[in-house]
Amino acid sequence: MGDVLIFAETMLGHLPKSTLTAINAGNDLAQKRGGKSIAVVAGDNPDALAGEAAKYGVTKAIALTHASLKNYLADAYAQAFANLVKSTGAEYVIATATAAGKDLMPRLAARLGAPMASDITSINADGTVVRPMYAGNAMATVEMSGPVKVISVRGTAFDAAKPAASAAPVEKVNAEIDAGALKTEFVSFNQTKSDRPQLTEARIIVSGGRGLKSGDNFKTVLEPLVDEMGAAMGASRAAVDAGFVPNDLQVGQTGKVVAPELYVAVGISGAIQHLAGMKDSKIIVAINKDEEAPIFSVADYGLVADLFKAVPEMAAEVKKLKHA
Amino acid sequence: MKILVPIKRVPDPATTIRVLSDGSGIATDNVKWVINPFDEIAIEEALRIKEKQSGEVVLVAIGQQTWQEQLRTGLAMGADRAILVRNDAALDSLALARILAKIAENEKPDLVILGKQAIDDDSNQVGQMLAEMLGWPQATFASKVEFAGTKCTVVREVDGGLETIAFSLPAVITSDLRLNEPRYASLPGIMKARKKELKEIPAESLGVDLAPKLVVKNLAAPPKRQAGRKLETVQQLVEVLHTEAKVI
Repeated sequence: MGDVLIFAETMLGHLPKSTLTAINAGNDLAQKRGGKSIAVVAGDNPDALAGEAAKYGVTKAIALTHASLKNYLADAYAQAFANLVKSTGAEYVIATATAAGKDLMPRLAARLGAPMASDITSINADGTVVRPMYAGNAMATVEMSGPVKVISVRGTAFDAAKPAASAAPVEKVNAEIDAGALKTEFVSFNQTKSDRPQLTEARIIVSGGRGLKSGDNFKTVLEPLVDEMGAAMGASRAAVDAGFVPNDLQVGQTGKVVAPELYVAVGISGAIQHLAGMKDSKIIVAINKDEEAPIFSVADYGLVADLFKAVPEMAAEVKKLKHA
Repeated sequence: MKILVPIKRVPDPATTIRVLSDGSGIATDNVKWVINPFDEIAIEEALRIKEKQSGEVVLVAIGQQTWQEQLRTGLAMGADRAILVRNDAALDSLALARILAKIAENEKPDLVILGKQAIDDDSNQVGQMLAEMLGWPQATFASKVEFAGTKCTVVREVDGGLETIAFSLPAVITSDLRLNEPRYASLPGIMKARKKELKEIPAESLGVDLAPKLVVKNLAAPPKRQAGRKLETVQQLVEVLHTEAKVI
């Protein structure tokens, strides 16, 4: 009762921050529900990363092993995790709402006949959870029933787990998978190359909107400020739809949800759906020539100005500050 | 190819959402109801597939009598017929997926395509649950769908880039924003839609378990941010970010 299996996702051979977030949330849930927290790293050779996960305050880590788990695919992973839930008798499965988490958890839930709460922001002592609805304009307290409950966690709502005093034991488990039932083939992954910090992990984000007017302007006007601040770069849906920047830079209700220490919105009007993706940022700055733009209603500091003048000026001022 | 497109009726995305003071839901008096934008994209994709290789596009919605309006809009866009599974109670994603699985068992589509999430609930679960219940491959957050016979290749929007997967039909695909831009219903389309079949089935008649395992106990407005202030110059802005906010 109360045991929590944590989907400890791996990305390009390491445990990303989103996994440390899942571990922290899983530890929190297990502690509140009086059970064990078990980090599960899946793959064809997951021992090393399971050893890594074991260092973050979990009761135990499992290296869930099978050739079919080499690349993440929903059907193989759903089978493996469902069988693990049955063999461990876990009550909860938790993951961060990354692309893989969102793809896998509902399929796993259905396989177990379990309810699922998506994108939660907090866990109550009685096991109810809070999650945003209506693009974050309403917060719902949700109760789930049944022997198993599945949860995905909003990555910005929990801190990353910190390393514990000692590492937990690691158990190697051969996953139970009916390979004949697998129907999906992984073809390729086209990674958007960038030297900048990842949007979901950056301390500072500078985002551009339709006001930038072109992809070129993103490069020549916005990027110098982004790089001067050592920030990640984001964009509004309008900028992405117009083809100014690739889709994985989109911040919003249906794009990436971020909550950095500092979010600078440049030439972004502030549609509800964009606000949904960034309104939990610690400090919000808006630069827009329209003083009525809705973005100013959430900004801590607003500057009504022509971004084509203000942004280069700001880059210069930040540079001065660094050398002061 | 027969394509089943589940759609949901939601408040227009531009609606100002007001949470009721008793926490039971949102105020609906000022709400304009529309087809969930991601489901519109799914309808559009189904119509394009039908235009390339002949077939039938069947819409299905699970809700109240008033949802007929959204099904007629989908028919006006070009879908062939519609099914309204009549239900007034709150259903969780599992129950919705079970209903759709039953409909799929009866209709035997080659493809089910629906929006990745409803913009009111934001759960992003039904497509994946349905795929599991049918034992079919799933391709979520699709930004491109291509066919070579019954083999399907989908490009998906994932963290940090684009992933391509392939599988044979039948399958479930959930649509992301950039899959396509939906067409508007034309006036001739609207006229034709009135004569297209819209069948109503009571949810209870499908013989699936509808009892909710997930219940919303309370709805609350999110904490409000403190009002900010406007500055005059860039120099001031950088100054306060450094000395006051201490973030740079």
